[in-house]
Amino acid sequence: MSKEWPLWEIFIRGQHGMSHRHVGSLHAPDAEMAIRNARDVYTRRNEGVSIWVVKAADIAASSPSDKGPLYEPSESKVYRHPTFFDIPDDVGAM
Amino acid sequence: MYAQMVKSTGQGVKPREDMSPEERHFQDRVDANEKIEPKDWMPDGYRKTLIRQIAQHAHSEVVGQLPEGNWITRAPTLERKAILLAKVQDEAGHGLYLYCAAETLGISRDELTEKLLDGSMKYSSIFNYPTLTWADIGAVGWLVDGAAIMNQVPLQRTSYGPYSRAMIRICKEESFHQRQGFDIMMKMAQGTEAQRRMAQDALNRFWYPSLMMFGPSDKDSVHSAQSMAWKIKINTNDELRQKFVDQTVPQAHYLGLTVPDDDLRFNDETGHWDFSEPDWSEFYEVLKGNGPCNEERMAARRKAWDDGAWVREGLMAHAGKRSHRTAAE
Ligand SMILES: [Fe+2]
Ligand SMILES: [Fe+2]
Repeated sequence: MSKEWPLWEIFIRGQHGMSHRHVGSLHAPDAEMAIRNARDVYTRRNEGVSIWVVKAADIAASSPSDKGPLYEPSESKVYRHPTFFDIPDDVGAM
Repeated sequence: MYAQMVKSTGQGVKPREDMSPEERHFQDRVDANEKIEPKDWMPDGYRKTLIRQIAQHAHSEVVGQLPEGNWITRAPTLERKAILLAKVQDEAGHGLYLYCAAETLGISRDELTEKLLDGSMKYSSIFNYPTLTWADIGAVGWLVDGAAIMNQVPLQRTSYGPYSRAMIRICKEESFHQRQGFDIMMKMAQGTEAQRRMAQDALNRFWYPSLMMFGPSDKDSVHSAQSMAWKIKINTNDELRQKFVDQTVPQAHYLGLTVPDDDLRFNDETGHWDFSEPDWSEFYEVLKGNGPCNEERMAARRKAWDDGAWVREGLMAHAGKRSHRTAAE
């Protein structure tokens, strides 16, 4: 039985000045073919100016059950937001 | 629809008291319109039903290329050829988006292909009908893509994140498909007497198979009730079929064509078109494999898979050798 082509996650920069965004995945034997296939599968209507391909197996992800412990610490630090501080109107734009 | 008669757990919707804490938490998230993502906990039945449904949808996109691909070399003008080629290429893309969504649920691409080829997974009944004339390509875009849109638009809101995102992408591309089909129908219907007859004949042959795409009435189906509670099915089959008829009949009138249904009439009380049900025994026969083109379609898919084996293996071997070489450098 043949070995299945690995899965690649595809990231596309939609316009100049924007970040790459995850758009989906596809199978390809290597990175070069993954880019060629991504062109055909994900940019048939000018959706991109740059393509990144990353082997899905190489992506490490946070686990959904970590959601609490991982993000809670930031919840108690409201002073990180500028609205925490009351600046008098007289001071002007800040 | 592209996914017809997908069976879920076989039981009705589980009452809340019988749910485990995980199941309850899951259902609450679905009810609150939160998206479920691949690594989130999900009931086994949800995962299995989704795999069946998304795979059947993906297989339909792929097999659906065959009746249209059949006309690419015979399209009447170079422009029509280019348009049809682009349309069929989109359908290949739709299949790929959906296979990827199914794979996030823990099934491999090869398994999905093998299940199509051994007949344990199905594709939509509609693609077992032949495209005999150029007008059929118009009818397929207008009616078949039109019916698909009816189903896919609400599915953009489905609870499973990867499926919803695939649907959003697909819906963006579908209206080109339906419009190019209707454009062919307009040309034919306004053409010579022979062309008008071809357009009418195409409508005659594709009308009932298109109505069958939505599947038999499922207002009493336990599978559908469960799928609706999980938000992997948004409307009943009858609702979508009625919507399709209401939208399509005036378009047929615009073309000056006759819908092949003597009982078709506008119901002033309901504000909807009353219409005849398709012959459901024909539908079940087609699902069983006895439609006009079932064998041809499966043979084409099997041939593509077998004939492509050396390419798949060769490219893998090449990639392996190359990564060896770069590692050695
Ligand atoms: Fe499609
Ligand atoms: Fe389509």
